[in-house]
Amino acid sequence: MKYGVVVFPGSNCDSDCYHAVTDQLNEEACYIWHEDAKLPEELDAIILPGGFSYGDYLRCGAISKFSKIMPEVIKFANNGGYVIGICNGFQILTESGLLPGALLMNTSQKFICKDVVLKVANNKSKFTNNFEQDEAIHVPIAHGEGRYHISDTGLQELKDNDQIAFTYDDNPNGSVADIAGIFNKRKNVLGMMPHPERCLFRNRKSLDILNIK
Amino acid sequence: MFKVKVHIMLKDDVLDPQGKTVSHSLDHLGYKGLSHMKIGKYIEFLVEGDDESKTKASVNKMCSEVLSNPVIEKYEFYMERA
Repeated sequence: MKYGVVVFPGSNCDSDCYHAVTDQLNEEACYIWHEDAKLPEELDAIILPGGFSYGDYLRCGAISKFSKIMPEVIKFANNGGYVIGICNGFQILTESGLLPGALLMNTSQKFICKDVVLKVANNKSKFTNNFEQDEAIHVPIAHGEGRYHISDTGLQELKDNDQIAFTYDDNPNGSVADIAGIFNKRKNVLGMMPHPERCLFRNRKSLDILNIK
Repeated sequence: MFKVKVHIMLKDDVLDPQGKTVSHSLDHLGYKGLSHMKIGKYIEFLVEGDDESKTKASVNKMCSEVLSNPVIEKYEFYMERA
Protein backbone atom coordinates (compact mmCIF):
# COMPACT_ATOMS: atom_id res chain seq x y z
CA MET A 1 0.00 0.00 0.00
CA LYS A 2 1.21 3.50 -0.75
CA TYR A 3 -0.13 6.50 1.15
CA GLY A 4 0.33 10.14 0.22
CA VAL A 5 0.14 12.77 2.96
CA VAL A 6 -0.78 16.22 1.65
CA VAL A 7 1.13 19.07 3.27
CA PHE A 8 -0.59 22.45 3.28
CA PRO A 9 0.98 25.57 4.79
CA GLY A 10 -0.11 25.23 8.41
CA SER A 11 -0.61 21.45 8.45
CA ASN A 12 0.84 20.15 11.71
CA CYS A 13 -0.12 16.47 11.84
CA ASP A 14 1.52 15.55 8.53
CA SER A 15 4.59 13.97 10.17
CA ASP A 16 2.40 12.08 12.63
CA CYS A 17 0.42 10.59 9.75
CA TYR A 18 3.57 9.77 7.79
CA HIS A 19 5.20 7.98 10.73
CA ALA A 20 1.99 6.24 11.76
CA VAL A 21 1.83 4.72 8.28
CA THR A 22 5.52 3.90 7.84
CA ASP A 23 6.61 2.98 11.37
CA GLN A 24 3.44 1.40 12.73
CA LEU A 25 1.49 0.06 9.75
CA ASN A 26 4.73 -0.76 7.90
CA GLU A 27 3.38 0.65 4.65
CA GLU A 28 4.93 3.07 2.18
CA ALA A 29 4.20 6.79 2.48
CA CYS A 30 5.23 10.01 0.81
CA TYR A 31 4.52 13.69 1.30
CA ILE A 32 2.57 15.62 -1.32
CA TRP A 33 3.17 19.38 -1.42
CA HIS A 34 0.00 21.45 -1.84
CA GLU A 35 1.49 23.25 -4.83
CA ASP A 36 2.17 20.04 -6.75
CA ALA A 37 0.12 19.78 -9.89
CA LYS A 38 0.20 15.99 -10.02
CA LEU A 39 -0.13 13.13 -7.54
CA PRO A 40 2.70 10.62 -7.21
CA GLU A 41 2.32 7.41 -9.21
CA GLU A 42 0.46 4.38 -7.91
CA LEU A 43 -1.05 5.87 -4.78
CA ASP A 44 -3.60 3.78 -2.89
CA ALA A 45 -4.65 6.35 -0.32
CA ILE A 46 -4.37 10.05 0.41
CA ILE A 47 -4.40 11.53 3.90
CA LEU A 48 -5.37 15.16 4.46
CA PRO A 49 -3.80 15.76 7.87
CA GLY A 50 -4.83 17.92 10.79
CA GLY A 51 -3.54 21.38 11.52
CA PHE A 52 -4.47 24.93 10.69
CA SER A 53 -4.00 25.11 6.94
CA TYR A 54 -3.71 28.70 5.73
CA GLY A 55 -4.16 29.78 9.35
CA ASP A 56 -7.83 28.76 9.21
CA TYR A 57 -8.38 32.14 7.51
CA LEU A 58 -11.91 32.89 6.29
CA ARG A 59 -13.14 29.43 7.43
CA CYS A 60 -11.28 26.23 8.33
CA GLY A 61 -10.34 24.55 5.06
CA ALA A 62 -11.81 27.32 2.91
CA ILE A 63 -8.53 28.36 1.30
CA SER A 64 -7.05 24.86 1.12
CA LYS A 65 -9.78 23.72 -1.21
CA PHE A 66 -8.30 26.03 -3.84
CA SER A 67 -4.81 24.53 -3.53
CA LYS A 68 -3.24 23.36 -6.76
CA ILE A 69 -3.27 19.72 -5.64
CA MET A 70 -6.94 19.61 -4.60
CA PRO A 71 -8.49 19.05 -8.06
CA GLU A 72 -6.18 16.02 -8.31
CA VAL A 73 -7.30 14.78 -4.88
CA ILE A 74 -10.94 15.18 -5.93
CA LYS A 75 -10.28 13.33 -9.19
CA PHE A 76 -8.51 10.56 -7.24
CA ALA A 77 -11.50 10.21 -4.90
CA ASN A 78 -13.99 10.24 -7.76
CA ASN A 79 -12.03 7.41 -9.38
CA GLY A 80 -12.44 5.32 -6.23
CA GLY A 81 -9.11 6.13 -4.51
CA TYR A 82 -9.17 6.15 -0.70
CA VAL A 83 -9.07 9.57 0.94
CA ILE A 84 -8.96 10.18 4.69
CA GLY A 85 -9.38 13.66 6.10
CA ILE A 86 -8.50 14.03 9.76
CA CYS A 87 -9.54 17.11 11.76
CA ASN A 88 -8.53 20.02 9.49
CA GLY A 89 -8.49 17.40 6.72
CA PHE A 90 -12.17 16.69 7.43
CA GLN A 91 -12.89 20.41 7.26
CA ILE A 92 -11.13 20.57 3.88
CA LEU A 93 -13.20 17.61 2.61
CA THR A 94 -16.49 19.29 3.52
CA GLU A 95 -15.37 22.65 2.09
CA SER A 96 -14.32 21.02 -1.16
CA GLY A 97 -17.60 19.13 -1.46
CA LEU A 98 -16.17 15.61 -1.21
CA LEU A 99 -18.22 15.18 1.97
CA PRO A 100 -21.53 16.85 2.90
CA GLY A 101 -22.10 19.23 5.83
CA ALA A 102 -19.71 21.62 7.57
CA LEU A 103 -17.71 21.96 10.79
CA LEU A 104 -18.48 24.82 13.17
CA MET A 105 -17.17 26.19 16.42
CA ASN A 106 -17.68 23.85 19.40
CA THR A 107 -20.78 24.78 21.39
CA SER A 108 -18.59 25.26 24.48
CA GLN A 109 -16.48 27.82 22.56
CA LYS A 110 -13.43 25.96 23.86
CA PHE A 111 -10.61 24.14 22.11
CA ILE A 112 -10.97 20.58 23.40
CA CYS A 113 -7.98 18.26 23.59
CA LYS A 114 -8.67 14.87 25.20
CA ASP A 115 -9.31 11.19 24.63
CA VAL A 116 -12.88 10.37 23.65
CA VAL A 117 -14.82 7.16 23.16
CA LEU A 118 -16.20 6.59 19.69
CA LYS A 119 -18.71 4.07 18.50
CA VAL A 120 -18.03 2.39 15.17
CA ALA A 121 -21.39 3.19 13.59
CA ASN A 122 -20.74 1.31 10.37
CA ASN A 123 -18.04 -1.33 10.01
CA LYS A 124 -18.74 -2.01 6.34
CA SER A 125 -15.97 0.09 4.85
CA LYS A 126 -12.24 -0.28 4.27
CA PHE A 127 -11.62 2.16 7.11
CA THR A 128 -13.80 0.42 9.67
CA ASN A 129 -13.82 -3.26 8.76
CA ASN A 130 -11.07 -3.98 11.29
CA PHE A 131 -13.63 -3.26 14.02
CA GLU A 132 -16.83 -4.82 15.24
CA GLN A 133 -20.10 -3.06 14.49
CA ASP A 134 -20.84 -0.69 17.42
CA GLU A 135 -17.40 -1.35 18.92
CA ALA A 136 -16.25 1.32 21.37
CA ILE A 137 -12.80 2.68 20.53
CA HIS A 138 -10.63 5.37 22.11
CA VAL A 139 -9.26 8.16 19.92
CA PRO A 140 -8.01 11.61 20.94
CA ILE A 141 -9.63 14.81 19.71
CA ALA A 142 -7.96 18.24 19.47
CA HIS A 143 -10.15 20.89 17.90
CA GLY A 144 -11.95 24.16 18.40
CA GLU A 145 -14.18 23.86 15.35
CA GLY A 146 -15.41 20.30 15.29
CA ARG A 147 -19.15 20.66 15.63
CA TYR A 148 -20.51 18.76 12.65
CA HIS A 149 -23.49 20.49 11.07
CA ILE A 150 -25.81 19.26 8.36
CA SER A 151 -29.42 20.04 7.42
CA ASP A 152 -32.20 17.69 8.53
CA THR A 153 -32.59 16.33 5.02
CA GLY A 154 -28.83 15.92 4.73
CA LEU A 155 -28.76 14.00 7.99
CA GLN A 156 -31.54 11.72 6.79
CA GLU A 157 -29.54 11.06 3.63
CA LEU A 158 -26.45 10.19 5.70
CA LYS A 159 -28.54 7.73 7.69
CA ASP A 160 -30.28 6.26 4.65
CA ASN A 161 -26.95 5.64 2.93
CA ASP A 162 -25.14 4.34 6.04
CA GLN A 163 -22.63 7.19 5.78
CA ILE A 164 -22.12 7.76 9.50
CA ALA A 165 -18.77 6.17 10.32
CA PHE A 166 -18.24 7.12 13.97
CA THR A 167 -20.34 8.71 16.69
CA TYR A 168 -19.24 10.16 20.03
CA ASP A 169 -20.18 8.29 23.14
CA ASP A 170 -20.28 11.58 25.06
CA ASN A 171 -20.68 14.38 22.51
CA PRO A 172 -17.87 16.88 23.27
CA ASN A 173 -18.62 19.59 20.72
CA GLY A 174 -22.34 19.69 19.95
CA SER A 175 -22.16 17.77 16.66
CA VAL A 176 -25.49 16.88 15.06
CA ALA A 177 -26.49 13.30 15.95
CA ASP A 178 -23.19 12.88 17.88
CA ILE A 179 -21.37 12.54 14.55
CA ALA A 180 -17.57 12.22 14.79
CA GLY A 181 -16.88 10.97 11.27
CA ILE A 182 -18.67 10.29 7.99
CA PHE A 183 -18.10 8.58 4.65
CA ASN A 184 -19.12 9.61 1.18
CA LYS A 185 -21.80 7.44 -0.42
CA ARG A 186 -19.24 5.19 -2.07
CA LYS A 187 -17.37 4.76 1.27
CA ASN A 188 -13.95 5.50 -0.21
CA VAL A 189 -13.72 8.92 1.45
CA LEU A 190 -13.68 9.26 5.25
CA GLY A 191 -13.65 12.48 7.24
CA MET A 192 -13.32 12.49 11.01
CA MET A 193 -12.46 15.02 13.71
CA PRO A 194 -10.65 12.58 16.07
CA HIS A 195 -7.01 11.73 15.37
CA PRO A 196 -6.37 8.00 14.74
CA GLU A 197 -2.77 8.77 13.74
CA ARG A 198 -2.07 9.72 17.36
CA CYS A 199 -2.93 6.20 18.57
CA LEU A 200 0.63 4.95 18.27
CA PHE A 201 1.08 3.60 21.78
CA ARG A 202 -2.03 3.84 23.90
CA ASN A 203 -5.17 2.63 22.14
CA ARG A 204 -3.01 1.29 19.33
CA LYS A 205 -5.96 -0.58 17.86
CA SER A 206 -7.65 2.67 16.81
CA LEU A 207 -4.76 3.27 14.41
CA ASP A 208 -6.31 0.54 12.26
CA ILE A 209 -8.72 3.15 10.90
CA LEU A 210 -5.79 4.09 8.65
CA ASN A 211 -5.15 0.43 7.80
CA ILE A 212 -7.21 0.03 4.65
CA LYS A 213 -5.65 -3.11 3.23
CA MET B 1 -13.79 51.24 -9.35
CA PHE B 2 -16.26 50.06 -6.72
CA LYS B 3 -16.07 49.69 -2.99
CA VAL B 4 -17.70 46.45 -1.89
CA LYS B 5 -18.93 45.68 1.62
CA VAL B 6 -19.86 42.07 2.36
CA HIS B 7 -21.72 40.85 5.44
CA ILE B 8 -21.59 37.11 6.16
CA MET B 9 -23.78 35.61 8.88
CA LEU B 10 -24.56 32.10 10.02
CA LYS B 11 -27.95 30.94 8.75
CA ASP B 12 -30.84 31.35 11.18
CA ASP B 13 -31.06 27.65 11.99
CA VAL B 14 -27.34 27.33 12.80
CA LEU B 15 -26.44 27.73 16.45
CA ASP B 16 -23.97 30.56 17.09
CA PRO B 17 -22.35 29.88 20.49
CA GLN B 18 -20.19 32.98 20.12
CA GLY B 19 -23.19 35.27 19.88
CA LYS B 20 -24.82 33.50 22.81
CA THR B 21 -21.72 33.86 25.02
CA VAL B 22 -21.25 37.55 24.22
CA SER B 23 -24.94 38.21 24.78
CA HIS B 24 -24.76 36.52 28.20
CA SER B 25 -21.69 38.52 29.14
CA LEU B 26 -23.40 41.78 28.23
CA ASP B 27 -26.39 40.74 30.30
CA HIS B 28 -24.09 40.20 33.28
CA LEU B 29 -22.69 43.69 32.75
CA GLY B 30 -26.18 45.11 33.06
CA TYR B 31 -27.14 45.49 29.40
CA LYS B 32 -30.57 43.93 29.74
CA GLY B 33 -33.09 42.91 27.13
CA LEU B 34 -30.67 41.54 24.54
CA SER B 35 -31.56 38.48 22.50
CA HIS B 36 -30.87 36.73 19.18
CA MET B 37 -27.27 37.95 19.04
CA LYS B 38 -25.32 36.58 16.10
CA ILE B 39 -21.72 37.31 15.27
CA GLY B 40 -20.69 37.32 11.65
CA LYS B 41 -17.98 38.58 9.34
CA TYR B 42 -17.56 41.86 7.56
CA ILE B 43 -15.29 42.07 4.54
CA GLU B 44 -14.63 45.15 2.43
CA PHE B 45 -12.52 45.65 -0.65
CA LEU B 46 -12.09 47.70 -3.79
CA VAL B 47 -12.63 46.19 -7.19
CA GLU B 48 -11.65 47.69 -10.49
CA GLY B 49 -14.19 48.09 -13.26
CA ASP B 50 -16.88 50.39 -14.59
CA ASP B 51 -19.70 48.04 -15.45
CA GLU B 52 -21.92 47.80 -12.37
CA SER B 53 -23.96 44.74 -13.31
CA LYS B 54 -20.90 42.81 -14.45
CA THR B 55 -19.07 43.63 -11.20
CA LYS B 56 -22.15 42.74 -9.19
CA ALA B 57 -22.34 39.31 -10.84
CA SER B 58 -18.66 38.72 -10.21
CA VAL B 59 -18.91 39.75 -6.54
CA ASN B 60 -21.96 37.55 -6.10
CA LYS B 61 -20.10 34.55 -7.49
CA MET B 62 -17.12 35.32 -5.25
CA CYS B 63 -19.41 35.48 -2.21
CA SER B 64 -21.19 32.22 -2.90
CA GLU B 65 -18.14 30.22 -3.95
CA VAL B 66 -15.38 31.53 -1.73
CA LEU B 67 -16.24 34.13 0.90
CA SER B 68 -19.20 32.23 2.37
CA ASN B 69 -20.08 28.57 2.77
CA PRO B 70 -23.69 28.16 1.64
CA VAL B 71 -24.10 25.09 3.88
CA ILE B 72 -23.93 27.24 7.02
CA GLU B 73 -23.80 30.88 6.00
CA LYS B 74 -25.77 33.56 4.20
CA TYR B 75 -24.41 36.81 2.81
CA GLU B 76 -25.39 40.18 1.48
CA PHE B 77 -23.24 42.85 -0.09
CA TYR B 78 -23.37 46.52 -0.96
CA MET B 79 -21.47 48.28 -3.73
CA GLU B 80 -20.70 51.95 -4.23
CA ARG B 81 -18.56 53.75 -6.79
CA ALA B 82 -15.19 54.65 -5.36
